[in-house]
Amino acid sequence: MTTPLLSLRGVSKSYGQVHANTAVDLDVAPNAIHAILGENGAGKSTLMKLIYGVESPDEGEIFWQGEKRRIASPSEARKLGIGMVFQHFSLFETLTVVENVSLVVPGTKKELTDKIIQFGEEFGLKVDPLSHVHSLSVGERQRVEIIRCLMADPKLLILDEPTSVLPPQSVELLFETLRRLAERGVSILFISHKLEEIRSICTHATILRSGHVTGNVSPRDFDTHELAKMMIGRDMPETIPAKPMPRGLKQLELANLTHIMEDPFAVSLHDVSLQVREGEILGIAGVSGNGQSELAELISGETVLPPSEGERIVMMGQDVSTLNAAARRKLGFAFVPEDRLGQGAVPELSLTKNSLLTAHSKGLIKRGMVNLSKATRFTNECIEAYDVRTPGPEAEAGALSGGNLQKFIVGREIMLEPKLLFVNQPTWGVDIGASAAIRKRLIELRNQGCAILVISEEIEELFELSDHIQVLNQGRLSPRFKTSEIQPEDIGRHMISSAEDVA
Amino acid sequence: MNAIEFIISGMLAAATPFLLAALGELVAERSGVLNLGVEGMMAFGAALAFIIVYNGGGHILAFLVAGIGGVLLSLLFAFVALGLRANQVATGLAIGILGLGLSAFFGKPYESYTIKGISKISIPVLSDIPVIGGLFSQDIVVWLAILTSAGLWYALTRMKAGLLLRAVGENPKAVNSLGYSVFALRIGAVAFGGLMAGIAGAYASTVYTPLWADGMIAGRGWIAVALVVFGTWMVGRVFLGACLFGAVSLAGIAAQTAGLSIPSQILTSLPYLVTIVVLGIISSNKRLLKLNGIASLGETYK
Repeated sequence: MTTPLLSLRGVSKSYGQVHANTAVDLDVAPNAIHAILGENGAGKSTLMKLIYGVESPDEGEIFWQGEKRRIASPSEARKLGIGMVFQHFSLFETLTVVENVSLVVPGTKKELTDKIIQFGEEFGLKVDPLSHVHSLSVGERQRVEIIRCLMADPKLLILDEPTSVLPPQSVELLFETLRRLAERGVSILFISHKLEEIRSICTHATILRSGHVTGNVSPRDFDTHELAKMMIGRDMPETIPAKPMPRGLKQLELANLTHIMEDPFAVSLHDVSLQVREGEILGIAGVSGNGQSELAELISGETVLPPSEGERIVMMGQDVSTLNAAARRKLGFAFVPEDRLGQGAVPELSLTKNSLLTAHSKGLIKRGMVNLSKATRFTNECIEAYDVRTPGPEAEAGALSGGNLQKFIVGREIMLEPKLLFVNQPTWGVDIGASAAIRKRLIELRNQGCAILVISEEIEELFELSDHIQVLNQGRLSPRFKTSEIQPEDIGRHMISSAEDVA
Repeated sequence: MNAIEFIISGMLAAATPFLLAALGELVAERSGVLNLGVEGMMAFGAALAFIIVYNGGGHILAFLVAGIGGVLLSLLFAFVALGLRANQVATGLAIGILGLGLSAFFGKPYESYTIKGISKISIPVLSDIPVIGGLFSQDIVVWLAILTSAGLWYALTRMKAGLLLRAVGENPKAVNSLGYSVFALRIGAVAFGGLMAGIAGAYASTVYTPLWADGMIAGRGWIAVALVVFGTWMVGRVFLGACLFGAVSLAGIAAQTAGLSIPSQILTSLPYLVTIVVLGIISSNKRLLKLNGIASLGETYK
């Protein structure tokens, strides 16, 4: 057997009480596309940080081309020939593409510009070297990151969840690039929790579960179900069917809503129309950064329309265009924001106090005074009913894992018995088990006749949840599709139509 | 000399203390560090420089020592705010008060003494033009301050070091992951801020008004901080803001000598008001603010 490019032996890393990695062994062969598969919190990112020198291991050894090495910093890793493309890009928005590249790669501006164009053609990574990064789409930014890594001529390229930000068609382009790289002798470490992708591109897979290696397999020999089982340690939770519902009342309607943003980094909305009825889930698909946060602000009431824009947003049959968030909630509207820590919950406060944020209307406050016993009871009910794993209602919200906090917030909003529920990115950064539980709750709520609007980047999730899907692309909303009559590829096409990715 | 000639010829010199301090603070803030101790660092530099010139040390040594004094105070700031990760605003205020105190302490024996300033260098031909000729007859520090502005603009937009400085202000984590030391970059930027503040103080006390009085910096450090923010962290705008401030303060003096019956308090507050209003209007452009604003400004790193 040839010497592996990179080997880890017995590598462990702990943060306080949390064992992020325990005795991990890993061998990456030359020219391999090697997957690191695991749920959120399984220790994938920590492992990559150890390899890239961002963190150093508590125990264990790292071998590079057969030689024992201590990788103390990212610059040492880069000198060895390790490049990394981060999930949250390490690009600078106020600089141009070539300026970003010049921070890492030596050379004059002219040389670098030519090289960026040349790499773009060679590997299918087209991008304009002179444009500012803030004006680029997420797909283009990722290309810049990859180009920047490639210019250092790496032997190993680490990609942290590279497809989580891409529309399906761009994923194919990325895979094409990765295959070309592997042919030229670059090994690739591909971190993901998406099983289909791993089966389609990776030659090896190492599976991590709560910090331990639970499998070293050739992913093509297993089906996704078996891989999932290795990854989460049990069978996938079952889904419940959406039962057919009679056509109910319109609970939310946006009528030709146009909203121009002054902020150059924000997306303006153009002529957005949608409606959600009782007993229906409407899904909004699209790559984030296409107006999702702006739309969410307008629907939740964080941004209020000027009085001249009346009748644009109607909830429960009432014009709410100029009403603030609290007034909209009084009508029976509930909202789960995208940002759990800071918007959905206050991380420094206990769960009980976080209950009060939106559930105060459930009699938890009387004449301005908090009824603490009632609030605690409400919180306990929420913890029990929604299977929130926490020491108790006095635990700080910020101490909960992403999945558990999201279950708590979704639970809190559902317990308000809303007529209209709006969930922005219901399972972003949430592990598979909790995601399935949250989706199940949403479908139950729909079956009880609630109108639900969901914004999500995960197409599979929308296909599981929604009765209808609309796609948000560059601030414009596509027509409404019936989920049962459409394929994910069709949605994908709308996600990038008129965008650069088609070219 | 009429009022207009008076303003045109004196504007640049009046602007120089603000300009020097503001350029230093601009660099520090571009790296993401908010050092509010500018006023104190200026005062400290002013006292050191005055003492050296008064005792016959000469202007070159005076500027050098004042610069070093500013650097020392700024490194103390860096040690507390970056090294010990204390709150930058509170630390900056404390350093500012320390600098003011030190300047009062060292300057005490020299109260209301005067020294000789430095002579002006005139550009031939240009300085003979009527009305605006005075603009081309300035002391060496003014010329150097203008060159520094140009150099800084070039560095921030065209050189790797400048790009790196902007990068660390926008996203220090990413800079770290690229293999650069965030601390080294920021300490360097803060020290440059201290150097410029010290020199700005030296100019104020030994060239612009070569006399010592406690509290002679009189808020100029604060105006420098304001110029940086209202100038949206762009060198050109900070330069223009400093000139505007200089011009309006001279206009006030000209109005007083002309015997206009405006209370002197209003005239002295005029430059502050005009500068803030003008720069406030310019910087209300949200797009520019967003593009030039510093995402990590004042935040403690790690």
